[in-house]
Amino acid sequence: MSEWDELYMEVILDHNKNPRNKGKIEGYTHSADGHNPLCGDRISMQIIVEDDIVTDASFIGSGCAISTASASILTETIKGMKRTEIEKLFKEFHNLVTSEDSDARTVGKFSVFGGVRKYPARVKCATLSWHALMAALEGKKETSTE
Amino acid sequence: MLDESLKSDFPTLKQKINGNELVYLDNAATTQKPEKVIKALESYYRSINSNIHRGVHTLSIRATKAYEEARSKVAAFINAEHREEIIFVRGATEAINLVASSYVRPILKEDDQIIISQMEHHANIVPWQIICEQKKAELKIIPMNVKGELLIEEIEGMISEKTKFISINHVSNSLGTVNRIEDVIKIAHGNNIRIMIDGAQAVQHLSVDLMKLNADFYCFSGHKVYAPTGIGVLYGKKELLEKMPPYQGGGDMIKSVTFEKTIYNDIPNRFEAGTPNIAGAIGLGVAIDYLVSIGIENIAKHEKELLDYATQEIRKIEGVRIIGNAVEKASVLSFVIEEIHPHDIGTILDKQGVAIRTGHHCTQPTMDFYGIPATARASFAIYNSRKDVDTLIKSVKKTIEVFT
Repeated sequence: MSEWDELYMEVILDHNKNPRNKGKIEGYTHSADGHNPLCGDRISMQIIVEDDIVTDASFIGSGCAISTASASILTETIKGMKRTEIEKLFKEFHNLVTSEDSDARTVGKFSVFGGVRKYPARVKCATLSWHALMAALEGKKETSTE
Repeated sequence: MLDESLKSDFPTLKQKINGNELVYLDNAATTQKPEKVIKALESYYRSINSNIHRGVHTLSIRATKAYEEARSKVAAFINAEHREEIIFVRGATEAINLVASSYVRPILKEDDQIIISQMEHHANIVPWQIICEQKKAELKIIPMNVKGELLIEEIEGMISEKTKFISINHVSNSLGTVNRIEDVIKIAHGNNIRIMIDGAQAVQHLSVDLMKLNADFYCFSGHKVYAPTGIGVLYGKKELLEKMPPYQGGGDMIKSVTFEKTIYNDIPNRFEAGTPNIAGAIGLGVAIDYLVSIGIENIAKHEKELLDYATQEIRKIEGVRIIGNAVEKASVLSFVIEEIHPHDIGTILDKQGVAIRTGHHCTQPTMDFYGIPATARASFAIYNSRKDVDTLIKSVKKTIEVFT
């Protein structure tokens, strides 16, 4: 195990190389652009919400391995989830990447981002797509990690 | 090459980062400080700390003398004709804002134009945008070629009777291009236009002679020339500074104050309202002494050798593309790697003890020109060695291994 494996877990490298749900989706009901002014990265989220449940999700844009993998895993995870469930997961995910006393067991696939908390400069990479998603759900068109 | 023992003058460089010897290659962002500069700050606060200019007591006289000596050192360093042409500011950013506010804004009218270039730092874009917005004036941009060289021959055609000011950098912080400012200054003056040069990435790498250059305004930041943060220099021609209104009002910038009328002080004090960064200015003076003792010509030669070596070695790595290939460059090696985001490069390099900068380097229009969000940037200073370049190259290769 090399010294950067704690951040760049295999799963993250895989999602970075082969991102899931990357591209536009037809007939999306909500979308928003997320912007990280620190690095200039932009990620747009597009989702379809039917009866308060996310039925499809995709992302567009390019970023670092952390933000790409986070967006990729996010689009996979939220399909079939209710808005309140997504909000709860975001809180837990945010806690995972920022706080020592977080529980990786509650965040499912996102547990691979546990290493991010040791890299404060990279927290915003991990949360960029999340911020875009929350903005989309709130009916906003864009948001920023600042 | 400069002697490698020079590195031992810098305490911050004697440490391990993530278990590896620190290789500091983020010098275009800020340089490390030599022991002499750190000691000068300590010595100021330990022995002569006092407010300057109006005190009649001994400490105040000593502090004033040290502060004003630093001004003379700066004047000699960039060969200004008069020492009062040197204004101490917080940094290059404040210097540009000062000129925008006190020189250009008062002469700027609706539909007038200010010319900057495609490769400016945000600090040499936004202050001009602010006054253009206030006065409904227009910002014109000198284009560049894909190598990252300004198309100087286009400037003449951009100029009209509406052109009120030109401001460009001497050396680009994200590309490393050394601009032919002598030519741009001549074009400006040939059209009776005043010009400012942002020298934040220049004075630490190459010799600057303002009497020869004849720029109307020139600026740089102390922290990029081995001096403390929070101190910088604005040079302005005496005849211009003398006619300019103050930038900020306060103490020390006045001759007399009544509620009816205030008489402003002479230059340079007119532009140094409030208690200045006295320790910082003294530290800057010491940093300049240090640079002069090594010799700017020797520094330029040393850094050019490092840059050439690094450029040659990084070109051998498949998938690496250098951003900024001007014929004349100083210190900066900006690059991207296919399929790997600069932030990921930065993190993997840091794990190996190599500090570089990743991001847009406060030059988003430059990044847009190349159609990229960011680059990885290594920038060299006097204390770097060929060994540092070797470590950089090795680390870049390792980064590619991790991501493929």
